[in-house]
Amino acid sequence: MSTKTDTVAKKGYDVEEIRAQFPILKELVHGKPLVYFDNAATSQKPRRVIKAESAYYATINANVHRGVHTLSTKATEAQEAARETARAQINAKHAHEVIFTSGTTASINLAATSLGQLLLKKGDEVVISGMEHHSNIVPWQLACERHSAVLKVIPITDSGEWDLKQVPFSERTRILAISHVSNTLGTINPVKKLIAQAKKKGIVTVVDGAQAAPHLRIDVQDLGADLYAFSGHKAYGPTGTGVLYGREELLERMPPWQGGGEMIETVTLGKSTWAKLPFKFEAGTPHIAGIIGLGEAIRWMQDYDLGAMAAHERALLEYATKELLAIEGLRIIGTAKEKVGVISFVIDGVHHYDLGTLLDQQGIAVRTGHHCTQPLMDRFGVSGTTRASFACFNTIDEVDALVAGVTKGAKMLR
Amino acid sequence: MTTTMNIAQAQQEVVEEFALFSDWQDRYEHLIELGKDLPLIAPEHKVDDNLVRGCQSRVWLNAELKNKLVHFTADSDAMITKGIVALLVRVYNDRTPQEILGASTDFIDRIGLREHLSPNRSNGLSAMIDQMKRYALAYSAK
Ligand SMILES: Cc1ncc(COP(=O)(O)O)c(C=O)c1O
Repeated sequence: MSTKTDTVAKKGYDVEEIRAQFPILKELVHGKPLVYFDNAATSQKPRRVIKAESAYYATINANVHRGVHTLSTKATEAQEAARETARAQINAKHAHEVIFTSGTTASINLAATSLGQLLLKKGDEVVISGMEHHSNIVPWQLACERHSAVLKVIPITDSGEWDLKQVPFSERTRILAISHVSNTLGTINPVKKLIAQAKKKGIVTVVDGAQAAPHLRIDVQDLGADLYAFSGHKAYGPTGTGVLYGREELLERMPPWQGGGEMIETVTLGKSTWAKLPFKFEAGTPHIAGIIGLGEAIRWMQDYDLGAMAAHERALLEYATKELLAIEGLRIIGTAKEKVGVISFVIDGVHHYDLGTLLDQQGIAVRTGHHCTQPLMDRFGVSGTTRASFACFNTIDEVDALVAGVTKGAKMLR
Repeated sequence: MTTTMNIAQAQQEVVEEFALFSDWQDRYEHLIELGKDLPLIAPEHKVDDNLVRGCQSRVWLNAELKNKLVHFTADSDAMITKGIVALLVRVYNDRTPQEILGASTDFIDRIGLREHLSPNRSNGLSAMIDQMKRYALAYSAK
């Protein structure tokens, strides 16, 4: 037992102190302590984030950018402070390159609709990869349909990585839309390398960073991404919040997605002119409380050091991989060298849905099914997997509980 | 024999049977065992048209009218789901369409399974019962 915990403790990481900040970890499920391994679906929230959101409602609730009154000013300042926090976190050049959305899905729909209108002509091509989440597939299918463009796909290798020898770039490729980290496999993709190739060909690049934001230091300038999307709720922030980063020069050229209040400069019944960035893309009253919570979540991650969290999660991943592989008939889907703390697996003769149910009875929350990546399931010839995904607050003891739970479940089912 | 009981009695029998189990493991092991006794659907009926919509795992359900009684056969690729279908088939099998249509479905709540099932699965459960009733309705019109 001590050797297991030592590998983590050596790095000076106090997981108990971190756990104490997540109120939900004290909950019981079916009378058992909650073991939460569904962080890739949504992470749990530290008390500071919950407090920041409710403090907005309790003390400064007012609409932003609209009133001369004190509360409106305070709310506006708090929201714009969150924008600056998000800018710094991803190293964007300007705060107005950070557009608040309701999440990655909304960010990508904005990107696909607006970029489609700006760039796609009949016969043009959009390249995605075979491991994309449906949120980074369907918006592009819709855009392609609207503009009679064609969707092309980077194939996936047996280890769950892009096959870089078969990237289908052509003269007609206009857009590359790819995930930074796979939600199903955990693979950390070589986005910087592929973006560099795309840039040489004048292709506009869009990155789905939903699974990178909770685990990796993101530097949009270093990556060279034109657009970068992520959700707040997967990175210790509130649900219903997200970001679309965009390079200023590109955002200036992109047409607005949704029309409404906040996003206009002047409106006549004949024609309207658009507000400046980022408001051109933020029609309507934003999720102010959530955005403030998102800012707090980012500050919280900064205080606790994303690098130390990543090292802790890496130790959990290595330990869990080794222990799970010792279970007879268990196969891990996604064996790339570079991974975040996500393990998808299948067991011979055991349906993932049954296993998920039996784990739940033991207080262990995992995700089962296709994880919104049906094309990827087809690629691996499975109908679904069981997925455990780790966060900074998970422990080696919890991994032991998972392994024991899976062993017990599999025994009942076989 | 279940066939000599009416639906309400068969439901009561299931409720009493499940009341014997105090812990989740026994309850689920029993369910998995029940699945093994399910009257299996014939290969020619195990087709997409017979898939029950609303289930996360795949469930095939077929019905035929034999001597004025609705005869169900089914299968699932997941064992717990199969156990639940088996339970439903045991209660509703070989009944007249009228009896099936008139039966209450609250026994699922009474066996304490719903609270042990995720909302997804209990939606699937409702979908299975709805599908059985739809078959019964179709046959009652004949
Ligand atoms: C890789 C990836 N992309 C996009 C999404 C969609 O994110 P959201 O549901 O927050 O819009 C998810 C979430 O499941 C994801 O994992």
